[in-house]
Amino acid sequence: MSAADARDAYAVETIDLSKHFGAVRAVDELSVSIPHEGITSIVGPNGSGKSTLVNLLSGVLPLDGGLVILDGVRLRVVKAHETPEHGVTRTFQEVRLFDQISVRDNIMVVLTSRRLLPALLERTTVAHTERTEQILREVGMWEKRDSLAQELSYGQRKLLEIGRALALDVRTYLFDEPFAGLFPEMLERVKEIVVRMRDEGRTLIFISHNMDIVRELPDHLIVLDSGRLLTEGEVHDVLSREEVIEAYLGD
Amino acid sequence: MELWANLIVLTWAVAFMLWQGVGFAITLGTVFAIWAILAVSLNLVVGFTGLLSIGHIGFFGIGAYAMAFLTSDASYEQLRTEAIPTLGWPFFAALPVSVVLAGVTALLVGIVFNRFRDDIFVLVSFGFAIIAFSVFLNLRSVTRGAFGIHEIERPAIGGWVLDGEVEFLVFALICLALVVLVCWLIVTSSFGRVLTAIREDEEAIAVFGYQVTHYKLAVWVISAMMAGLAGGLFGSWTTFIDPNSFILLESMLLVCIVILGGLATIWGSLLGAMAFVLLDEGMRFLPFIPSEFVGQARQIVLGILLVLLMLFRPQGLVGRYRL
Repeated sequence: MSAADARDAYAVETIDLSKHFGAVRAVDELSVSIPHEGITSIVGPNGSGKSTLVNLLSGVLPLDGGLVILDGVRLRVVKAHETPEHGVTRTFQEVRLFDQISVRDNIMVVLTSRRLLPALLERTTVAHTERTEQILREVGMWEKRDSLAQELSYGQRKLLEIGRALALDVRTYLFDEPFAGLFPEMLERVKEIVVRMRDEGRTLIFISHNMDIVRELPDHLIVLDSGRLLTEGEVHDVLSREEVIEAYLGD
Repeated sequence: MELWANLIVLTWAVAFMLWQGVGFAITLGTVFAIWAILAVSLNLVVGFTGLLSIGHIGFFGIGAYAMAFLTSDASYEQLRTEAIPTLGWPFFAALPVSVVLAGVTALLVGIVFNRFRDDIFVLVSFGFAIIAFSVFLNLRSVTRGAFGIHEIERPAIGGWVLDGEVEFLVFALICLALVVLVCWLIVTSSFGRVLTAIREDEEAIAVFGYQVTHYKLAVWVISAMMAGLAGGLFGSWTTFIDPNSFILLESMLLVCIVILGGLATIWGSLLGAMAFVLLDEGMRFLPFIPSEFVGQARQIVLGILLVLLMLFRPQGLVGRYRL
């Protein structure tokens, strides 16, 4: 293993990461390391800082303190538009699509040039349309390609948003509640996608409240409580720990 | 509805031309071309990018004043206390200055405005319109304030001066065609697709690696340059400008045209400008409106139209998107 490989062993790390909203410490001096291998799930009670953590990692919220390390690059300020360069993209808890444009364009828009002048001169290419079709077929949304995103059902919106993230060929994907509110059929579909992504060697980090899925899918578990790390480790090991049962699962 | 809107406006235009004669139609055509350039360019910002700017008239004014200042033969000014220098540039030397000056102003303004969006953006763009008007009115050493500037040059190609109304109409329509072409190229490019994504959710598109502020600034500047072009044309066409052509109300009418025609559709803006010009000019021929009321009537009618539109067809005549 070379030095570079060693440095990049973690997809995402945080050191003393903090974020507060007024007096509420949503994320409180949190230090976690999420490895590249396999699927990691972030769990914790409501308000434990899971979504805030993802928002901090993806540059949607500014850090109040600490460090984020994305793929070996130490950042005090995470700029949203630079996260793909660090190999990271995400989905949102409250699905955020480009509602008044077509399903096809929702995918295609993230495939195009990031630089102004080339983007101005760039027309839709065969490569764009082929990749778009491939992605839409992968998430089972090809039939809906000409609909506006706002015309889709909730489950379809979730799938399209996952598709949009997949369109970005990065290493690490942060999914904020990808399974929430889905009918069983849709849930299976998202699960298939997640497993397929892992098999392709991508890093998956997702937040979930669904304990069946948390027992089944991830290799690695991070448990947050009040913005702090409660515990982390291998799934079944973590789930059997007393403090987890007490804080989160126990009733 | 879309088909009907098209049919009605175009039939109306033809009927109006037959009724009032070709001469008047030529004047209307020129007015249309200028409003259409403004509407199409504003739609880039309002319809495609989702920045509701009511300050567009400011860039139009900058273009017009650049043209006026540079080309006016101010020899008649001798008796005035606030003589402006006589530069007497030809039209085609001044027109690029109109465009670039509007663009540079937009760049400076845009750097500040970039941090705002939604309703706050509406307010700051309103502020810009007010400031621009105030500068036109008070920077007398350049604009001659309320006196306005006379004897603005008409375009001349070689020795051929486009004095006639027909020649100028053709020239204005060529400018319009160029603007439409550039807008079309922009909105069908990858850049254009990103603009619509910014309109829908700028935080979400940023996560995918797009530096939203750069995109917004670029389209803002391009749009302002087109308004500057329209301003240059307008100054040259009327040969006289004063600050009254650049009041906030005109800016609001412009936003009405864009919404009337439809957001995020170039054709809609052309149609909207056409409908507006017909409505505006047509009103003065309606026998039952007292003549002293005509000036206000167009504002009332447009106001009512806008309310009706928002109630029953918020996407405009041929548009697909809503504010």
